[in-house]
Amino acid sequence: MLGGGGGAPKERRHPNSAGAATRRLGVGGRGLVIAVPYFWLLLFFLAPFLIVLKISFAEFQVGVPPYTPLVEWVDDQYLQIRMSFASYFYLFGDELYVAAYFNSLKIAFFSTLFALLLGYPMAYGIARADKSIRNLLLLAVVLPFWTSFLIRVYAWIGILKNNGLLNNFLMWAGVINEPLEILNTEMAVYIGIVYAYLPFMILPLYSTLEKMDMSLLEAAMDLGCRPWKAFLKVTLPLSMPGIVAGCMLVFIPAVGEFVIPDLLGGADTLMIGKVLWAEFFNNRDWPAASAVAVAMLVFLVVPIMLFQSYQARQEAKAKEQG
Amino acid sequence: MSQQARSLQDQVARTEKGEASDLLKPLIQIEGVTKTFGDFVAVNNVSLTIYQGELFSLLGGSGCGKTTLLRMLAGFETPTSGRILIDGQDMTRVPPYERPVNMMFQSYALFPHMTVEQNVAFGLKQDGMPRDQVRQRVAEMLDLVELGHLGRRKPHELSGGQRQRVALARALAKRPKVLLLDEPLGALDKKLRERTQLELVNIQENLGITFVVVTHDQEEAMTMSTRVAIMNQGRILQVDTPHAMYEYPNTRFVAEFFGSVNIFEGPLLEDEPGHVVIGCPDLSVPIYVGHGISSREGATVYAAVRPEKIALSKEPPADGTYNTSTGVVEDIVYLGGESTYLVRLDSGRLVRADLQNQTRSSEPELTWHDRVHVSWEHSNVVVVTS
Repeated sequence: MLGGGGGAPKERRHPNSAGAATRRLGVGGRGLVIAVPYFWLLLFFLAPFLIVLKISFAEFQVGVPPYTPLVEWVDDQYLQIRMSFASYFYLFGDELYVAAYFNSLKIAFFSTLFALLLGYPMAYGIARADKSIRNLLLLAVVLPFWTSFLIRVYAWIGILKNNGLLNNFLMWAGVINEPLEILNTEMAVYIGIVYAYLPFMILPLYSTLEKMDMSLLEAAMDLGCRPWKAFLKVTLPLSMPGIVAGCMLVFIPAVGEFVIPDLLGGADTLMIGKVLWAEFFNNRDWPAASAVAVAMLVFLVVPIMLFQSYQARQEAKAKEQG
Repeated sequence: MSQQARSLQDQVARTEKGEASDLLKPLIQIEGVTKTFGDFVAVNNVSLTIYQGELFSLLGGSGCGKTTLLRMLAGFETPTSGRILIDGQDMTRVPPYERPVNMMFQSYALFPHMTVEQNVAFGLKQDGMPRDQVRQRVAEMLDLVELGHLGRRKPHELSGGQRQRVALARALAKRPKVLLLDEPLGALDKKLRERTQLELVNIQENLGITFVVVTHDQEEAMTMSTRVAIMNQGRILQVDTPHAMYEYPNTRFVAEFFGSVNIFEGPLLEDEPGHVVIGCPDLSVPIYVGHGISSREGATVYAAVRPEKIALSKEPPADGTYNTSTGVVEDIVYLGGESTYLVRLDSGRLVRADLQNQTRSSEPELTWHDRVHVSWEHSNVVVVTS
């Protein structure tokens, strides 16, 4: 062919586009609309977190508040700072806590996996459905939010208990002779979490799948892919941002979930959210409870930050190669 | 147009008439294909034969069915009735991934998560080609479209023209028997489009792969194709070489769609084997046409005269009995190489004439409000009956 068809990629901006609009708003305009909500979020995340962090370094005492102060004037002369790591040692020394952490991670991981396996085909189906019913299907996904979360979890007790709807139906249908023991097992917790968080998986997946150009799939088939392979080679990699977002939205709250394991999981299900509750309200050991909360945050935030920096590095690498 | 393409046109013409000893083998046979979507008939009983080595254009306005026909060749749509054969094999119900054809999409449909090289290699890998052969073929294809240095870029890092080349390289990589191109130049600017037209033709002739191009741009079809099919409302109106399509349109629609034209409507007054005479109320004298037509006297027919075949002069033509009229120059459109004159005839009818600008003078010989004689040779009129 003749010489290059128009050298570099077009990145010229239209003079009247975004740039001019920002200028009209004033330099700080864009910064302001971002800064105010972020300040709000940061304030109401950081302030409670710092309080919890402070309590985690205190010691339990009988009184109001039920912990020793961190900073204290001794004899009106010396400023005394007393930090105790006892709660943390206690945390790692006691197998109960370690087990509860790992069990929470395990339950959150598999719940996320089940939600993904269930949510992906649903999101795909909605995204490919006829335009006229697509909004209806989406509405059906978010419809449960119109009732209280608590009531919906209670409803599952009625479904899963020994003489509940599910067991009665299965026995009536002759599938089983004796009721299945589901309520107060981990199985019930999985069912509850997957049920409650499924919309958070579906919505981000839907928005990436819906945006996808169908001609890409046709191109893959045209170049020799059977439909299933075209899905693996094109649809799946292109929906990765939706998968990551959906998994984060399910995994993170599922780790610390309290209501579902408490109501459906019974006494034997060990999850960190329940332990936290027990420390605060049953044992009234605020320092220990705070240490649990801080450790949970660290365990969750650190891997996520590592993952994100890994992604950023991958992208930078890809750019360098290009 | 190359001489090679011209001789192919002649060979196709001889094959169609069945008079050649070196008959061409039909590569694509479309037999009575109809496609309906609900009540809408997108393609209506189309039959078409395309030969090996042709650059065949499907031309028509939007919604005429040309894209649906192309998609049926690719396998993305299944005909409601009729058959499609490619290289003698019935492909009517064969899925796209088992057809010996590839498609270049209007949107290019490049995989955004793959590099240029991975895009071009995609189809080859599906065929299980060994890795070193894949690498070699990819390099070959990228050289062909002069993008060898951009193999590791992602599609979003390329310009529109570069993306178009990647799409072409990817579609050609598997050496398909037929390459289907859906508006291949539609997204390019005019200058780039004109250059790319010629490049496409060069690549097509060098590789010897049959191209079927869908386009709405008659100039593009005229520049590139060995043959053109004009479609309207799901039907094919005419299949011909660009030359025959322009000079011998078979319907008023084709005459008007393929270039600009002055159409004069009137009853057939005289119908002889060697000539016909048409009475036209828009002109002061009847129209004489130097060929016979198959119609009957009194029927309404249309005489089509291309603007560049009309002469304008201040003096009356030598023979004023036929094919002339008088009017006033109403508008002049300067186009560089030529100018378009709009002449208001005494009947009120507007006639378009294109004249070459042979001098650099800014004062044309004819100017606004000049009274002129409009005339044309009787051999330059085409009569169509519908």
